[in-house]
Amino acid sequence: MIKEFVKGIWKENPVFVQVLGMCPTLAVTTSLINGLSMGLATTFVLVSSGLAISALRKLIPDQVRIASFMIIISSSVTVVKLLFEAHIPEISSQLGPYLPLIVTNCIILGRQEAFSSKQPVGKTLLDNLGMGIGFIFALVVLGSVRELFYQGTIGGAQVLGTWYKSMIIMVQPAGAFISLSLLVALFQRLSESE
Amino acid sequence: MNRIVKMILTLTLLGLISGIALSMVSNYTDPLIEQNQQEALREAVFYVLQPTEDYEERTVDGKVIYESYDESGELVGYSFTASGGGYQGTIELIVGVGTELEEIKGIQILASEETPGLGGKIRGESFKSQFRGLEAGQGIGLVKSEEPERGEIQAITGATISSRAVVDIINKELSRVRSILPEGE
Repeated sequence: MIKEFVKGIWKENPVFVQVLGMCPTLAVTTSLINGLSMGLATTFVLVSSGLAISALRKLIPDQVRIASFMIIISSSVTVVKLLFEAHIPEISSQLGPYLPLIVTNCIILGRQEAFSSKQPVGKTLLDNLGMGIGFIFALVVLGSVRELFYQGTIGGAQVLGTWYKSMIIMVQPAGAFISLSLLVALFQRLSESE
Repeated sequence: MNRIVKMILTLTLLGLISGIALSMVSNYTDPLIEQNQQEALREAVFYVLQPTEDYEERTVDGKVIYESYDESGELVGYSFTASGGGYQGTIELIVGVGTELEEIKGIQILASEETPGLGGKIRGESFKSQFRGLEAGQGIGLVKSEEPERGEIQAITGATISSRAVVDIINKELSRVRSILPEGE
């Protein structure tokens, strides 16, 4: 059982190993807090829709399963979007269109098709939670690295001295690709040496 | 036949349930979201025109104008929202002007999608503070590297298009407001 939970965090990490969900990964990780809030929102959608799909898996006919998954996933995304706008408007405006775009995140549909629609509720909860935490982990690491090299801070706290000259490329798309590819390489190196 | 009925029934039920659930969530969040937007606008009105103690909303020719009053109830100026195209997407801002509609008292960016670190700096204090007490009788000018003179704004390095967009949006809306608000009323 514990295997289902842990695999998403390291061995099958959705970003570093499966290379899924690249759109939010590259687009919103300009700072730690943005990465973290995107990760939390995605995990909420992943877990809540996974539970619903797993519970309904025997009732949903095979021919309309993707359509049914989409109804469940998009409802769950809309709930997250409304709650973000109501309670944390600053973060919601930072994430902009990427919040509703969680609907198209392939980690979510991928997990539901590969796992939740075939497995009991308990296992699904562990699997989806693990994958979600793996996604949060990747986004937080990437967000911290980009924020650090952009303006010398992590999570808003000054890490490098005031001598650090800000590196604008790090918050632009090119910086996202460069940091992500270096992190994936590092991740591979670490996994190999295990 | 049986299979088709089952498919239709599944999708209908799922749609119905998610519709009901979403309308319940939206009933709860809508007033909060509305309140957040009002709050943001309210703060902006106080920010662009200091010292505002109280303000009134007035609609002139379909344009919403906020009339600001200081503590003694004296009219200190007007503020109004304006929007237009930036470098990426729309910039929405609010401008505060003196009672003569000649001097800009301050601006605040309400929404923008400019490049973070470059055009995004239009939200920064060092750019916005240039507008405090800016003479705008002849429209605002924009300079790139030279020192800004009276009625001029220095563009953000590497973000001339975003800076120009802000200036153009203000100039355009200010002249529109001038035409609908009788000066020195």
